[in-house]
Amino acid sequence: MTRLLKNPIAVIGLAIILCYIVMAIISQFWLPFDPLQMEVSRILEAPSVVTGHVFGTDEFGRDVLSRIMKGAGISIVIAISATAIGSCIGTLMGVWAGFLGGAWDHWIMRGMDILFSFPSLLLAIFIMAVLGEKTYNVIVAISIVYIPQFARVSRGAVLAIKGSEFIRAAFSSGADRRYVLSRHIMPNIMMPIIVQCSLSLSVAILLESALSFLGLGVQPPQPSWGNMLSSARKVMLLAPWTAIYPGFAIMGIVLGFNLLGDGLRDILDPRLRNLK
Amino acid sequence: MGRYIVQRVLSLIPVLLGVSIIVFFLVRLIPGSALQMYLGTQVEATPEQMEELRRIFGEDRPIPILYFEWLGRLLQGDFGYSLRTGRKVLPDILQRLPLSFELTLYALTLSLLIGIPLGILAAIKLNPVLDVLIRISGLFGLSLPQFWLASLMVIAFSGFQGWIPMGNYVGFLDAPFQNLRMLFFPALAIGVGLSAVIMRYTRNSMLEVIQMDYIRTARAKGLSKRVVLIRHALRNAILPVITVVGFNTGYLLGGAIVIEEVFALPGMGRLALYAIYQRDYSLIQGIVLVIATLFVLVNLITDLIYAVIDPRIRLATGEN
Repeated sequence: MTRLLKNPIAVIGLAIILCYIVMAIISQFWLPFDPLQMEVSRILEAPSVVTGHVFGTDEFGRDVLSRIMKGAGISIVIAISATAIGSCIGTLMGVWAGFLGGAWDHWIMRGMDILFSFPSLLLAIFIMAVLGEKTYNVIVAISIVYIPQFARVSRGAVLAIKGSEFIRAAFSSGADRRYVLSRHIMPNIMMPIIVQCSLSLSVAILLESALSFLGLGVQPPQPSWGNMLSSARKVMLLAPWTAIYPGFAIMGIVLGFNLLGDGLRDILDPRLRNLK
Repeated sequence: MGRYIVQRVLSLIPVLLGVSIIVFFLVRLIPGSALQMYLGTQVEATPEQMEELRRIFGEDRPIPILYFEWLGRLLQGDFGYSLRTGRKVLPDILQRLPLSFELTLYALTLSLLIGIPLGILAAIKLNPVLDVLIRISGLFGLSLPQFWLASLMVIAFSGFQGWIPMGNYVGFLDAPFQNLRMLFFPALAIGVGLSAVIMRYTRNSMLEVIQMDYIRTARAKGLSKRVVLIRHALRNAILPVITVVGFNTGYLLGGAIVIEEVFALPGMGRLALYAIYQRDYSLIQGIVLVIATLFVLVNLITDLIYAVIDPRIRLATGEN
């Protein structure tokens, strides 16, 4: 943790993410305007401090800033839940495959190869088409995309330490499999998985916004950054602010997760540290 | 080498079978049968009539049998009929394929042209400020949502005649120059993310290679810095980059789906979205199969290129 705070890249990333989380929490209690309130007289107003619509209004006269703030909560919840589910299932399968080896390893990893043969966005789109366009289905779709990725990372990590002295020592001093798994293997493979989580969170935000942009994710009138950009397409030549600010919102948080991921990787990979 | 190719091609068979199983069963998970979709919401059939129809269409038999029949038809190139238009699915998909393929290839070329030189430039540290600048822009490139970048391009360049395709797409064979100009921004929007990835890998991999002893030896025997960098360092440093590029081509294919929508390009991505909005499941099934197969083939090609460049790989499998 102290090493994390000494790494400037990770700290900037963490700070950006915290800002978004604070914004998402505030949006639950207070917003400058009602994000769903349409106002015909205020359609496509340019950003202005005087009217209070600092990011302007959209094609229904709704306040863009309020919608971005409201959308933060939805995007963050989806990204965190999808990453949590995908990482748990994927890690479990990877550890299982790596630790037991043999036929288990073969079949689990062949299954993962099959999931890997779909480009991730295509797989997510396909799953959404099958399940139907509901917010919780976005979580399911993204977590399925993540299962093979986490399985690969965790299996690799298990294989790397499985043959080491201390594992053999634990077995020969009479520890059973469950003890070795929980006390020796799991703590030692957590680091690469945490790095993968951080990078997965950034991709989850991008996947969710892409799905919502295509009309397959969060459904209007509920605001999400992706569907805001989608509805902005019709008016963006007249009112560029409807397309510009939600995009910055996405880029900011994705940048935050990427910085954090990069920082974590630098800290955990001593080989990279020496290159600096 | 021949043996390695055969091994790799054979290993595709179980993967492609798995893909077909997933596609087949996922589509069956859809609430309401394809039959009801076909009848539409206007036609109300009683449960008995539905049962009869299912029997006529052969849908009442066990699912594994249905799967193998379907697979048999697939192998003969019969991907079934669209539930909406009644036309054969495969010709429609193949007609849309060249544009998506060209777009993906274009994006790949642009991202290599941007990513590799920038990565080398950052690694050799001619100028520390340049290194930092390149790395920061790499992080931004990685964090940009493609479809947003595409929207910004439309806003910024819609005034320039012929640069932004808006429903006036022309094929490469009809007017190559116009076509390439029109697809430049879409391809760039798709490729920016990958160019950032390539840049980061090239930089890290170059930094690692430059430290090796053989580079020092080459420099010590009097070769110029440029010759050592290109002939000795880059050749080894490029290996991990190739893997990353192959691995990310699927990301380009996925990106093409979204970007075609933004620029209204008549490619496979738009066809897929149309199929989803229309709930045309046999069309969706066909498109997903075609894209997944392409993706698997691209990964195969990547592995083969890798083996050509790095003799260690084909030798290792040859010995087994």
